[in-house]
Amino acid sequence: MKNYIIKRILLGILVLLGVIAITFFLTRVIPSNPAAQWVGPRATQEQINKATIELGLDKPLYVQFGKYLKDLFQGNLGNSLRTKQPVVKELKTYIPPTLELVFFSTILAIIIGIPLGLNSARKKDQPLDHFCRFFSVGAVSLPTFWVALFLQLIFFRWLSLLPLGGQLDTRIKLLYEVPHYTGLLLFDSLIDGNFTIFFDALKHMLLPAITISLYPIGLVARMTRSALLEIIGEDYIKAARSYGLKEKLVMWKYALKNSLGTTITVLALSVGYTLVNTFLVEAIFSWPGIGSYIATAVMSLDYPAIMGVTLFSACAYIVLNLIADIIVALDPRVRV
Amino acid sequence: MNQSQLIKSLKPKYKEFKVSLFLLKKNRLTKMALYGVVLLVLIAIIVPILLPSAQHIDQDANPQQKLLQPSLRHPFGTDELGRDVFKRVLLGTRISLQTALIAVGMALLIGVPLGAVAGYFGGFLDEIIMRFTDIFLGFPPLLLAIAIASFLGPNLRNAMLAIAISWWPWYTRIVRGQAVSLKERQFIKASKAIGSPPRKIIFKHIIPNCVAPVIVQASMDIGGVILTIAALSFLGLGAQAPAPEWGLMVSTSRNYFLNAWWYSVFPGLAIFFTVLVFNLLGDGLREILDPKTRKN
Repeated sequence: MKNYIIKRILLGILVLLGVIAITFFLTRVIPSNPAAQWVGPRATQEQINKATIELGLDKPLYVQFGKYLKDLFQGNLGNSLRTKQPVVKELKTYIPPTLELVFFSTILAIIIGIPLGLNSARKKDQPLDHFCRFFSVGAVSLPTFWVALFLQLIFFRWLSLLPLGGQLDTRIKLLYEVPHYTGLLLFDSLIDGNFTIFFDALKHMLLPAITISLYPIGLVARMTRSALLEIIGEDYIKAARSYGLKEKLVMWKYALKNSLGTTITVLALSVGYTLVNTFLVEAIFSWPGIGSYIATAVMSLDYPAIMGVTLFSACAYIVLNLIADIIVALDPRVRV
Repeated sequence: MNQSQLIKSLKPKYKEFKVSLFLLKKNRLTKMALYGVVLLVLIAIIVPILLPSAQHIDQDANPQQKLLQPSLRHPFGTDELGRDVFKRVLLGTRISLQTALIAVGMALLIGVPLGAVAGYFGGFLDEIIMRFTDIFLGFPPLLLAIAIASFLGPNLRNAMLAIAISWWPWYTRIVRGQAVSLKERQFIKASKAIGSPPRKIIFKHIIPNCVAPVIVQASMDIGGVILTIAALSFLGLGAQAPAPEWGLMVSTSRNYFLNAWWYSVFPGLAIFFTVLVFNLLGDGLREILDPKTRKN
């Protein structure tokens, strides 16, 4: 098992280097004039020349790649074309709100997806099971950005229950001092004990979180269901049942435990999906995260910013997959 | 081989086909999905022929009739330029299906030969190709497509290319798995023994025998690819105005949808319906063609 984990970590590092190499190719090799692209469409010849030297484009490719790697490890991703700020500095302010959103929707996926999957496995081929199946196929087929607009239409325009977007009400922002410790607003307001801000933030979080959680809910429910269906047929479950243990206990304690490996793998994968789905959703809800950041960057072709978000998301995805694989490998029944 | 022998040798295949057809008929959801796909394909072929004027969409603009509610004349209402949303949604079918097919086709062209080569030769070459696919799969889906499309320049052709580049590793994996087991089979060994070059074995024996699983995977992917194209267009990286592309329509509707719900709801429903139908069909096909579930 130790060997497997070491091998897996090495593979993770290789994939990471590969991802960096691909981003290097995208930024430096594919464009016909990378320097001009890097400084933006309105740059003067002088600026382009400066960028050529700055990016090392006058040097051979392997030297360029070395410099690219060095810059990366020093946390230098270049300056945003739009705001002229260092991309790393901007990412630091944009990442926490996105993490908060992804975290919240993953929790939604767990507390809705697992019971849904469990109950539809228990009552196979009954209405709930059919609903679950339809829901999971439907959730994969829904365009997230459209769901966002649709929910806004219902809950803001027609029912006037929830706010249209943003992280906090402007009035609350003016009346109270917004705490800033970790950048995670819900968490910070709890530390402060400011429940007005907490509930307002929660209200603003609800629509975007529901929008991006549909996909993981469907995925988790479906995978939990199929894993449980296999487990239910096993002898130890039959034994537990024949002892006369309560069905709830059997399912929630004995069966579910063994399906968690599958659920964790799926969750890790779906966090990656969720992260990228925020790219389509955040801008709609004016949520100040990396999703909005990359959406504006794409519109203004702000290449350093696009690259920064791409690298961050890919790294997060690789690490998540690594963690999931290691957790699964820690299971003594898995022999690798 | 005379004719009766030929018929005899074809019989098992024919029987298998009949069983598949029977299973398809029994599976109501899959059957409905199949009808849905046929309907979409018909719309994609026929509508652009029936509405040739709409090819020059700016002639359709009619500012006096902008943002009208759905009515008998305009079942899906009109948009901000007074164009009929229903007509545009129908026209969008061809764009979505066509681009998705081309993108998946390109991904197959890259992925299938690579997988066959990796599986057939094995060893070092296999290791390199598979680590390469690992790297591409190291990106979350859609992210690589966004990055590539923005660097290539925002238009529909580049969006297709971007999707193909981020999608091929899946096919490589499948085909490689097939090739690894196929190369131990008698007929491949026989072909090798009579001196067929590897190129011939790969293209004449290995790839044709991978067709079934690849088709199933591709049919399951079409839905996801249509969704990705819509997402790229929504971000401004795919189709450009005035193309009647669904994702682009939802994107432009953002400025008006609070007072004109029909403008964003109907194109979105079109995406949902199309993707759902393809996903259901792919799911059903897998169930029918998979020997494990076939027995039941």
